[in-house]
Amino acid sequence: MISSNSSTSNSPIYLDHAATTRCDPKVVEAMLPYFTEMFGNAGSRNHQFGWQAEDGIEIAREHAAKLIGAQAKEVIFTSGSTESNNLAIKGAAEIYARAAAGQTGRGHIITAAHEHKAVLDPIRRLMREGFDATFIQPPPDGVITAEMVKAALRPDTILVSIMWANNELGTINEVPEIGRLCHEKEVIFHTDATQWVGKMPTNVEADQIDLLSWSGHKMYGPKGVGGLYVRRRKPRVRLEALQDGGGQERGMRSGTQNVSGIVGFGKACELCFNEMESEGNRLLAMRNRLEAELKKRIEVTVVNGHPTKRLPNISNISFGFVEGESLMMGVREIACSSGSACTSASLEPSYVLKSLGIGDDLAHSSLRLSLGRWTTEAEIDSAIVMIETAVNHLRRLSPLYDLHKEGVDLSKIVWQAH
Amino acid sequence: MAYSNKVIEHYENPRNVGAFGTSKEVAARKDIGIGIVGAPECGDVMQLQIKVSEQGIIEDAKFKCFGCGSAIASSSLATEWIKGKTVDEALTIRNTQIVEELSLPPVKIHCSVLAEDSIRSAIEDWKKKSGASPASQSPMPVTQHA
Ligand SMILES: Cc1ncc(COP(=O)(O)O)c(C=O)c1O
Ligand code: FES
Repeated sequence: MISSNSSTSNSPIYLDHAATTRCDPKVVEAMLPYFTEMFGNAGSRNHQFGWQAEDGIEIAREHAAKLIGAQAKEVIFTSGSTESNNLAIKGAAEIYARAAAGQTGRGHIITAAHEHKAVLDPIRRLMREGFDATFIQPPPDGVITAEMVKAALRPDTILVSIMWANNELGTINEVPEIGRLCHEKEVIFHTDATQWVGKMPTNVEADQIDLLSWSGHKMYGPKGVGGLYVRRRKPRVRLEALQDGGGQERGMRSGTQNVSGIVGFGKACELCFNEMESEGNRLLAMRNRLEAELKKRIEVTVVNGHPTKRLPNISNISFGFVEGESLMMGVREIACSSGSACTSASLEPSYVLKSLGIGDDLAHSSLRLSLGRWTTEAEIDSAIVMIETAVNHLRRLSPLYDLHKEGVDLSKIVWQAH
Repeated sequence: MAYSNKVIEHYENPRNVGAFGTSKEVAARKDIGIGIVGAPECGDVMQLQIKVSEQGIIEDAKFKCFGCGSAIASSSLATEWIKGKTVDEALTIRNTQIVEELSLPPVKIHCSVLAEDSIRSAIEDWKKKSGASPASQSPMPVTQHA
């Protein structure tokens, strides 16, 4: 039996569930037989090993479909959200293009500036291949509305890709409304729902979604496996495959299926479906307490993104006059992330925070804390104290905090950047 | 990224934190040189203040830093190294020595550059305020006679 304790006493408090999650031991348990006993290739149609593998995959497909309110046939297994996004965006663009490959004016795509790179980069590639794109600039609260999408629509728009919830902020875009708009205008609508699915109720019918990406490792499943929902009726959405071969997954994703991974993904979907409501309430209460306490104890603490239109488990907070990486160093017992430039290889602050126009200094001062299934009240209590202590330590060192206390407006100072 | 023990040690027990008064007070003092380098938009601001004797000896140094742990450690170390040195000796400190002492990885080299820059900038400021001629124009700096 695998222990279900999230951490041993000396391992850090894990508050980085938006990056990835621990695989649920029940998921691991479900996967194990598919490595050693039921190890068949689901494509082997003539023996028990193949049938077992196929059964495993089809049960997983049922669970995956149920979680998002789809038909099992509409779910394709991939290696995760990056692949699902690529397949959805490039695959749809190719099919719905208005001009042949090699030409310009192939069609217009709408997305937002603070999407994940796994959406932005496929679209940028399409732009080099004759497509046009609009990157909607998010408002300061980070929420993309149907109105904003409507304003960006053009007669030649073929695809809208707007994520459901943002991975850095947790902000929730107006997805059902955007879906409705796209269906009215007969434009294909894709949503990267990586951070949303499994935590929030999802129904691709009611929410009018054509293509939806999600990933196992963000919802207590294994890494390297995910799903893509592809609508089959009203309208029937077609995709050009990105990889050719044995024709698995309705020809849209050739390659011997990752049976054990898919089984784990299905189990993860099943667990999320069953626990969603109670878990959502639990996380929301803890997250709100975390934010309220930090704001109460530490002056100039800003929660980034919309105050309420946010996932229950993500908190993106800036602590003025304190740099994010040094703050993470001060809270080494907490595993989390920061939008600070110092933490990134490019030495650029988070483009997501920048796109909201929150100011580079606050972007550098941000922490993203994301809660999950094994987060406890006691861990939140400890995190609050650790963060408060570290911010105080760093403010004692901060020349910006001194200026703030002297009443100097930092935005008015002319700095000599090096 | 894992931090070296020396970076962690300076981070936890930074040496010579502070300032010799409010920004107005120190601006008016001729014996104090102030170096402020970096910018909040870049994620790093380093402030170094040096108190220099008439003989050009750095009697005391204080720093404040908004930046990553390596930047904090670099500035803390810089204050340790320059205290007691003449300004000309302090000017010979190179960022590479800081990198070596703190075992900074390549992505953190610019944090050490910031520390070197803050030393230069503080000394320049002191020279301007105290009327001492810039080092480059003075082959036999006053301090060497002291
Ligand atoms: C919103 C979003 N999209 C896409 C991805 C990429 O997912 P995967 O790691 O499954 O490729 C992530 C996670 O990093 C994400 O948060
Ligand atoms: S101050 Fe940004 S990396 Fe060191």
